[in-house]
Amino acid sequence: MTHETKLSVQNLFMSYDGAPILERVSLDVSEGSFCTIVGASGCGKSTFLRLLLSQERASRGKILLDGTPLPEEPTPDRGIVFQRYSVFPHLTVAENLILANEFEASPITGRLFGSARKEALCEIEPLLERIGLNQAANRYPAQLSGGMQQRLAIAQALIKRPKVLLLDEPFGALDPGIRADMHELLHDLWRELNMTIFMVTHDIHEAFKLGTRLLVFDKVRHDPQAPEAYGATITYDLPIKANDRGDADLVALASGEKPNTAADS
Amino acid sequence: MRIINLRPGRLTSLALGIVPFAGVIIAYAVASHYRRLENPADKLLPSLEKMGEAFWRMAFVPDRRSGDLLLWLDTFDSLMRLGVGMAVASLLAITLGIAIGFIPHVRSSLAPFLATFSLIPPITILPILFISFGLGEVSKIALIVIGTAPVMIRYTAQSVLDIPREMIIKAETLGASVWQMITRLVLPQVLPKVISCLRLSLVPAWIFLISAEAIASTSGLGYRIFLVRRYLAMDVILTYVVWITLLAFVLDRLLLALSKRAFSWNHLERDSL
Repeated sequence: MTHETKLSVQNLFMSYDGAPILERVSLDVSEGSFCTIVGASGCGKSTFLRLLLSQERASRGKILLDGTPLPEEPTPDRGIVFQRYSVFPHLTVAENLILANEFEASPITGRLFGSARKEALCEIEPLLERIGLNQAANRYPAQLSGGMQQRLAIAQALIKRPKVLLLDEPFGALDPGIRADMHELLHDLWRELNMTIFMVTHDIHEAFKLGTRLLVFDKVRHDPQAPEAYGATITYDLPIKANDRGDADLVALASGEKPNTAADS
Repeated sequence: MRIINLRPGRLTSLALGIVPFAGVIIAYAVASHYRRLENPADKLLPSLEKMGEAFWRMAFVPDRRSGDLLLWLDTFDSLMRLGVGMAVASLLAITLGIAIGFIPHVRSSLAPFLATFSLIPPITILPILFISFGLGEVSKIALIVIGTAPVMIRYTAQSVLDIPREMIIKAETLGASVWQMITRLVLPQVLPKVISCLRLSLVPAWIFLISAEAIASTSGLGYRIFLVRRYLAMDVILTYVVWITLLAFVLDRLLLALSKRAFSWNHLERDSL
């Protein structure tokens, strides 16, 4: 491992009302990794992401970011893109993007006026261009297509320059063609900003194409009498080299080995 | 084609909208006509002309005793009470509703109390209000507030809870404080719902207003109706009922127009009634 450890997960347990979801999850992730997370439905992928976001607190275990425990609530150092409801429907595209700026500049009203607002709107011009929404700057999210909305959501999540970006099935609702465009955008942004990315996905091809590291969540222990008795953990942790990406054999291997993981992709 | 997929054009829409109104007016005119055939002095179903005369008399002929134009005076007084009452109720709905919906500790402390309080039949509080605030404006406005605010607060709090958690989390990751989330995220998302709720609450608000005016008042639309009831003046009563309905309708449409104008984003995806 050439880079230093960005995020360290140590013996994490998570249960809801006594039903374990995750157990014994340990993981060290170096800076600049792109971890893709796959697994069957209900095996705790999204729960894991929520724990990384501090949206929920682990029952046991620690998560360290740069060597210090995660804050107890979501903070700007970790950006998030959800599958839905990521952008604010009452704000136009441009307003969505200057919002973080407004929060920082104006603690009382949370709003910029006049020249300060114009300046903020100017600053996001290149970003709008980058995500191809400069023509749609004054439209509301409801007037955008699904792909445009997710491009906006990604751009908005990157405004605060988070060192860690979390993506919860961000492209799950998009058409395959649009998905490929989004992959390219996300990949380029990741390269440019040197972020550490965690992306939950149902699509194993996507996981191999984008990731530098593939994490498979599954249950290792199984009680047929009580299917809920045990939680899931990381069963496969595969490094993906650049030339492996899109390698059909590898995809087949991984999906063949773990039929569960591809079952609902 | 299935009937759910058939959409009327503009003109058809208008015509279809008019039909029920025309039906009721014609039915009334016919009934009134036959009643007056039997007894030309019938007071129960006065003719449309007579109602028109009553309207003219109340609106444009100064009252013999006080010299006031009664309809406008009544309308002004009633709308004043209704307006102040609903403004106070809306303000309570926004402040308490957001506090309850957004901050778990406030929710734990106020939600059960509010749920209980909102079940008190408001009209039973009216005597208490009259005793404590006297027979003036305060008790009438208070009745409207007490009658409508609890439901509006609960509805607003629920609307805040219905905001997808994802958006709140996203705002946190963008560095928003609680106050900023309230002003930039919660308030704008909830205001259109407060307006919808206000439109629905106007119905009970009118009931409380008319009741309070009927019991103790010297002006107002409700006062007038219950005053002329003693003389069986159906022409005035019916005119006032139509007038009140018209006022309520206009208020409702104005609020809808306000919502569509101020919160256009909220009306992009759905038809609104």
